[in-house]
Amino acid sequence: MNTSSLDNTLITRNEDALRVISLTEAAAVPKATKREKHTYRQIGSERNFRRTLTAIGAAMIALVLGIFITLIIESIPSIKSLGIGYLWGKTWDPVRDIYGAYPFLIGTLLTSFLALFISIPFSFAVAIFLGEYYPTGWLPNLLKNTVELIAAVPSVIYGFWGLAVLVPIVRSFENKIGIEPAGIGIFTSSLILAVMIIPYAASLGRSMIQMVPSNLKEAAYSLGATRWEVIRSVSLPYVKSGLFAGVLLSLGRALGETMAVTMVIGNTSLIPKNIFAPGNTMASVIANEFTEADHPVYLSALIELGLVLFLVTFVINLIGKKVIQRYTNE
Amino acid sequence: MSTKIKYRIGKSGVFQGLTIAFAFACVIPLIAILLYIIKAGATKINWHFLTNVPKPVGESGGGIANALLGSMLIILLASIIAIPIGILCGIFLSENKKSKLAYWSRLCVDVLQGIPSIVIGIVAYFWLVKPFGGFSAISGSIALAIMMLPIVIRSTEETLKLLPDSLREAGYALGLPFHRVILKVIVPCGVSGILSGVMLSVARIAGETAPLLFTAFGNPYLSTDMRKPMQSLPLLIFNYATSPYNDWHDLAWGASMILLVWVLLLNIFTKLITRKWKVQL
Amino acid sequence: MYTRKFKSLLTASIAVAILGSVTLLSCNSGGSGTGTGKADSTSNGDENTVMGAGSTFDNPLFSKMFSEYNKLNGLKVNYQSIGSGGGILQLTNKTVDFGASDAPLNGKQDSGMTAPAVHIPVTAGAVVISYNLPEVKDTLKLTPEILAEIFLGKITKWNDAKIAKANAGIKLPATGIIVAHRSDGSGTTNIFTTYLGKVNEEWNTKVGKGSSVNWPVGLGGKGNEGVAGSIKQTPGAIGYVELAYAIQNNMAYAKMQNKAGNFITPSIASVTAAANITIPADTKVSLTNTEAADGYPISGLSWVLLYKEQKYNNRTLDKTTKIVKLVWWMTHEGQQFSAALNYAPLSPAAVTAGETILKSITYDGKPILQ
Repeated sequence: MNTSSLDNTLITRNEDALRVISLTEAAAVPKATKREKHTYRQIGSERNFRRTLTAIGAAMIALVLGIFITLIIESIPSIKSLGIGYLWGKTWDPVRDIYGAYPFLIGTLLTSFLALFISIPFSFAVAIFLGEYYPTGWLPNLLKNTVELIAAVPSVIYGFWGLAVLVPIVRSFENKIGIEPAGIGIFTSSLILAVMIIPYAASLGRSMIQMVPSNLKEAAYSLGATRWEVIRSVSLPYVKSGLFAGVLLSLGRALGETMAVTMVIGNTSLIPKNIFAPGNTMASVIANEFTEADHPVYLSALIELGLVLFLVTFVINLIGKKVIQRYTNE
Repeated sequence: MSTKIKYRIGKSGVFQGLTIAFAFACVIPLIAILLYIIKAGATKINWHFLTNVPKPVGESGGGIANALLGSMLIILLASIIAIPIGILCGIFLSENKKSKLAYWSRLCVDVLQGIPSIVIGIVAYFWLVKPFGGFSAISGSIALAIMMLPIVIRSTEETLKLLPDSLREAGYALGLPFHRVILKVIVPCGVSGILSGVMLSVARIAGETAPLLFTAFGNPYLSTDMRKPMQSLPLLIFNYATSPYNDWHDLAWGASMILLVWVLLLNIFTKLITRKWKVQL
Repeated sequence: MYTRKFKSLLTASIAVAILGSVTLLSCNSGGSGTGTGKADSTSNGDENTVMGAGSTFDNPLFSKMFSEYNKLNGLKVNYQSIGSGGGILQLTNKTVDFGASDAPLNGKQDSGMTAPAVHIPVTAGAVVISYNLPEVKDTLKLTPEILAEIFLGKITKWNDAKIAKANAGIKLPATGIIVAHRSDGSGTTNIFTTYLGKVNEEWNTKVGKGSSVNWPVGLGGKGNEGVAGSIKQTPGAIGYVELAYAIQNNMAYAKMQNKAGNFITPSIASVTAAANITIPADTKVSLTNTEAADGYPISGLSWVLLYKEQKYNNRTLDKTTKIVKLVWWMTHEGQQFSAALNYAPLSPAAVTAGETILKSITYDGKPILQ
């Protein structure tokens, strides 16, 4: 990227070359004045700053790749002895050294999507309420802060609360509809998860909805649209990619959530028969069995679960990216 | 015609009501949790509780000073590591929306967010504990820092993306170099969003047990040496809440409440700061 | 231009990631394999701190013992209850001075260690069968057969003929049985499944024994809390918890029929009685289904694990002496704290076996205790 004086006149924000003056040129200037020295220093630190930024961006890739490689290396014993059949093996029996991740894959997807399904009306309601109906005032402000606080409560506390408060409620509900009144199971953990992931979609959705240009909305009002029609036909379509990103953020959180789920999901390695049955997620198996995994294949089978979880989040994020990209390109 | 309009207005009203109802329903679980924890924990907390180390089972009294101090130190170090890196990475991502490196970097950040905390703990164990032959508070801090990063990065990026280009261009027009435009114009404008991300991340790691289990490890004594094992609040809650003895349950409930109140105060404190600086977007 | 820059950066970051993790991981195996590690690998440079990790079951008792020992000798013991498997793993990796486990090392774990380790029994505990039947006021009696069939999912109603036969005179409700078990790997589960494997052939072949097993039926709860929560809140539930937990939380628990045919209430006395059998030289014995006539059948020892040769990772004789003396104290004077916390004190036979093993521990080939 050799610089000429011509390059300096190009005003493109993303070009490194923007105001870089080559060293020879700088050296040719006989005594640099104090002011010029200052300028050169500024240019130097600008370049360093850009480099630092790029380095940190690359470091993130290195970090995640490092985690990925570590997980692979640590799961080699189980990959070697179990092969690819690990993924759809339906039995998880540490005593006999049979490890199959299928029940946990099902459990993870079931809880996460059920939680997402339950939480979406609530998080969108918060987003619309704060972004559209009442953007200011003490009550909406209070609601906004309280909802953000939901994300702050440690997950182990959600777990204990779920066990003590939510489980009996679900149990009496199960009693009424006439199934085994266990109380804990996939449904209960989805409820807890739904509460936990509300703020992620809500806060992103709120800031997105607030960004909708008011002239768009005013135009719709002037055509005689009601409040709801403006929201449905103007605001929501305008921010749908933002809302979708929020939902994905929630999903990412739900997939990896560990402690709260572990305490209420009923942890069984059998494939769940319905949404009220006990089950297990990948994260909860790791949390349950990691501390007592007492031989190499067992341990590395658990780490391989972590690897699978890693890949699942990777794929979901990749899909999310593509979808958002398509929306924003439209 | 007028019935049609009435119907539309009515529908609008119904949806408004539903939205309000759903929005406020979100608050119910939080209030229930707060009441539950406060009921269980409030009576256990006193000065003695805050300034003593835990007593063994069978002896009443004892406190959680070691866990409080340990949590603060571990989180402080984690923040020192994660916040600058996180903000810089967020700036990088928001300044390079189209570059391929940023695309992959952003994807990696998303993946990082999805990795369960216990896996981060395992990785930190293999990276920092096993090679160096011992548990340490530093390794716990680094594990937590890795967990903080995605939240700080995403909130910084999202905030800075929302800022109008004209701000940036005004800076460039004045002849400011890139880094000064970013650090003196863009970041201060987005500080409330960045701060809320930082706060969210601190709140998230404050309650994390799993990454600390195999890194910071825990310590029944008061310790300030970051190279040695150190106790923390979530570890203490995790260990004591599952024990059979009431003395330890009391400690665990008290600690849970302190953890909650701490997180709460952190939130309120940040709100106050952002309001005072009047940097609302 | 951009693509090239991006590619080189991506390559660089991939290279960094691979190099970094491979270096770190390879020096893992190298460091722990040879035992030479870096500088001071026992994590605590300071001579007055001993690190231990393992069994969660031992944790309350250990906290009491170590606090008392600290008052006596000023030695700081940092014990962390990360689970028996975790304790064994940490001892294998030499990140702790001693491990504690509710199950003796099996062949696989033994072969994973770079040097032989010894077991010293420190306490004994029992697993009790707790249930929730509000209508039943008397204590239930259970036979091994009933217990196994409930946990195999073959007996599904409380008024099953087999239960009624063992509990003549008690009116049993027609409610369904909800089985609750520990979901996290635990020594408690290990003792319980070992017992079921011994008394029931079908259990042995179908499920087997271990810290985590593939349960045929039931709900898994995390930790004592999780199981106790399920039992307490669900009418008709049955599950197993530690004796101390059941006593502290006023849970109803059943009398179990032992090998001699007697129905035994779990208590400190009946567990100590169960442990009063011939202890083999390596103390690796299971107390489940004990021969003792008044012994409770579902009980087990808990061990402290130490390397037989204490000179590794630059440890000084002074420090290793302190560790061995600590364990000696735990098996002798330390036992007085057991009963108050609902742990069973060691039987004389177990203490003697432990003494012999402690005396065999060496530093640089010479015994530490004379």
